[in-house]
This record gives sequence, C-alpha cells and structure tokens, in this order.
Amino acid sequence: MAEPQATNRGPGRLLIAIYILFAIAATSRAGLQIATKFDRAPVAYLLSAVAALIYIVAAVGLARAGHAGRRTALLCCSIELVGVLGVGVLSLADRQLFPDETVWSQFGSGYGYVPLVLPVLGLLWLWRTRTTAT
Amino acid sequence: MTSAAAAGSPVHGLLATAGIVLSLVLAGWALVATLRHRAPDRIQFAGLALLELALLGLAVVALVALGGGERPGEPGAFFGYLVTLVCLPPLAWVLARMEPTRWGSAIVCAICLVTPVVVVRLQQTWEVVGG
Repeated sequence: MAEPQATNRGPGRLLIAIYILFAIAATSRAGLQIATKFDRAPVAYLLSAVAALIYIVAAVGLARAGHAGRRTALLCCSIELVGVLGVGVLSLADRQLFPDETVWSQFGSGYGYVPLVLPVLGLLWLWRTRTTAT
Repeated sequence: MTSAAAAGSPVHGLLATAGIVLSLVLAGWALVATLRHRAPDRIQFAGLALLELALLGLAVVALVALGGGERPGEPGAFFGYLVTLVCLPPLAWVLARMEPTRWGSAIVCAICLVTPVVVVRLQQTWEVVGG
C-alpha cells in the first residue's frame, strides 16, 4: 500500500495510456481538419492542434517522470484545465466562435467529458507523487 | 438513400460485431481483474491477440472493398480511424506488459472500452454519402 510511487508507474501508467489515446484522437482530428477544411473554422482547428500538442507533451512529461518531466506535466495539465474550462464556457456562450467541434467544446462532452476529468486526475496524481520527485 | 449503405459496407458485419463484443467482454474481464488487484493475466493477453486478429481481418476486408472500387463517405477520417483501430490492442499489450500490477489490467480495460467506440466511428465514416 505504501510503496513509493514514481510518476510513470501504477496509476500513472494508466493516466499515460489515456493521454496517449487523447493525443492520437486530437492529433488526427486536428490534422484532418486543418488539411481538408481549414477555412471553415480556423480558430477551432488551431485550438484542436494546440490541444493535441498539449496531450502529447503531457504524456511525455508523465512518462519521463523526474523533475523536468513533472514540471512539464504540471504545466500541461494546468493549461489543459484552463483550456477545457475556458473553451467550454466560450463554446456555450458564443457558438459562432467554435462552429465545429473541438476536443474541448462543451467541456469535452463529445468525448464523454474525459477531457474535463483528465487534467484534474493528472494534477491529483502529480500532487500525490510529489515527495518522490526530489 | 441510406437503405443500401449499411448492407454494402465492408466494415459492418460479423468481424465488426465480433470485435465490439470481444472488446467489451475483455474490458469487463480486465475491470474485474483491476478490482481484485490482479495483474493482466494470460486471458487478457490472449483476448488482446484475438481482438487484434478480428480488427486486422476487418481492415483487410475494408482494403479489399477499396480495391474493388468502393469508397468510404469520409476517406480521410476513415483511414485515420482504421489505422488507430489496429494500433489499439498492441498499445494495450505493450503498456500492460510494462505494468504488471492491477493498473496494467486497468489499462487493458480502458483501451478495450475505447475500441468499440472507434469501430462505430469507423462505420459512421464509411456510411456518410458524400454530400
């Protein structure tokens, strides 16, 4: 129960798995949107691309663990949480701004609200493993 | 206009259904293992291998249909989902091998819950008739 936990072990590995899934989902979605219909909703599609990048970097940060990895993951999870909350509110307030779906639209409802839960879990996990970092 | 779309689709049918059912059963099994603090067992790895075979079969059927001149409604998305789909069981396999604890079973469970969603999305991107 009280064994020392590294950021990339145990529950952390599950978190990394989910981050990888979202990195794949967001990257392919953004890539396709930008390649085929960029003019239709440039803001939404660029945002998809930013989200994709953040998922990738967060996964790498968690997987690398160590001090730098944890700092990277902390930054990514924070941006992600702000992003999903901000875009969630904006997409409800002004539908014109995001005419097409992004991973973060309506708080990630298109993805079972996992985009909303994921950064919280990431931050909680970083908090729980904080002592092992140094 | 949509009546024949599902019937003629190469990604509907026995292989897709088998993949979805197998994936959900495997997710359930892995969830039980997670709750019982069990590392991924042989059944999970065998299940992943079987699932991968079914998905590869599905991919072959789809590619044969493409060779025969059939076209998906959204080609870009279709290929994206197809490539993602056949990568999911190997991803679960590798991560579960790296994590021989209950969390390895949790990873298998999570990825096996995502797989049916990707199969259904794959079917939807085939069906959409351009326009």
